[in-house]
Amino acid sequence: MRRTRLLRLPGVLAVLAALALARGALAVDPTEMPTPELEQRYLALTHELRCMQCQNETLADSPVELAADLRHEIRDMLLAGKSDAEVRAFMVARYGDFILFRPRFTARTAWLWLAPGVLLLVGALVLGRVLRQRAALLPQDLTPVDEDTPN
Amino acid sequence: MNRFLLPMAVFVPLVAILAIGIYHAPEKDIIASPLLGKPAPDFSLPDLADAARTVHAADLRGRWYLFNVWGTWCGGCRAEHETLLEIRRANVLPLVGLDWKDDDAQARAWLTQLGNPYAVVAVDHAGRTAIDYGVYGAPETFLINPQGLVVYKVVGEVTHDVWTREILPRVPRAAFPGT
Repeated sequence: MRRTRLLRLPGVLAVLAALALARGALAVDPTEMPTPELEQRYLALTHELRCMQCQNETLADSPVELAADLRHEIRDMLLAGKSDAEVRAFMVARYGDFILFRPRFTARTAWLWLAPGVLLLVGALVLGRVLRQRAALLPQDLTPVDEDTPN
Repeated sequence: MNRFLLPMAVFVPLVAILAIGIYHAPEKDIIASPLLGKPAPDFSLPDLADAARTVHAADLRGRWYLFNVWGTWCGGCRAEHETLLEIRRANVLPLVGLDWKDDDAQARAWLTQLGNPYAVVAVDHAGRTAIDYGVYGAPETFLINPQGLVVYKVVGEVTHDVWTREILPRVPRAAFPGT
């Protein structure tokens, strides 16, 4: 039993290796950037921008042609030495804030960013109040309850 | 009684805010164009009728026109074609086409078979100009004023209703020919 399992292992490894190799070919986006630094920035940008056509996919994941066109645009801008901020600004100028999966902090989105903090603060205040109230009640309860003693 | 006062004071406004959000939400499939009120992006692209000629966006200034993004691969474009022909017959403002990621020969055949509503059609094989206009599907149509500003955008088909209720009222009567 053990022997057959061991024998299978190379086969499993071969399949995994083949899958790993195939991943590059099967990926939606076959683009490769000339340096690891550019590659990193390219991947980050294509993963944080929305495919406007499919709307719940990132540019990196979307197989539609428009997403491919926008990825080319990003690649060309990065190769031309543009900054990440310039790429984002280019996209927002054309497609609006909706293209950003991570909304910018603006007057319109302020509540979106601040609400969790505000809610946390409110929760902490309520919790504090409840705990203080309980603490105030506690000393009165210190006399042990003796259920078995008849009055 | 008192212990429900605070939660309700939070909960009721929250429901109100969400209700307003839902009822005032624009049509969810349509993404407002950041181009509205801004200059229509420039382009210089080949003319579909004659690839040797170039269509310049700058040459279109000085009058109202509709900029219609289409392609023979696009079903909605086929559906709106009748309305585009109607707009051409109305002779109020010219239609400028952007043939987006299309085959030139097929596009010319389409216009020959179905009728050509366009004053001129620019060819965008690479899709760069479509990106500049923030196009994310065809058909899309932009109403552009004489100063070259985008006044209105239609995402999806231009129907007879869209033409008469949304586009025409935005064009001043003085811009109509013969007035």
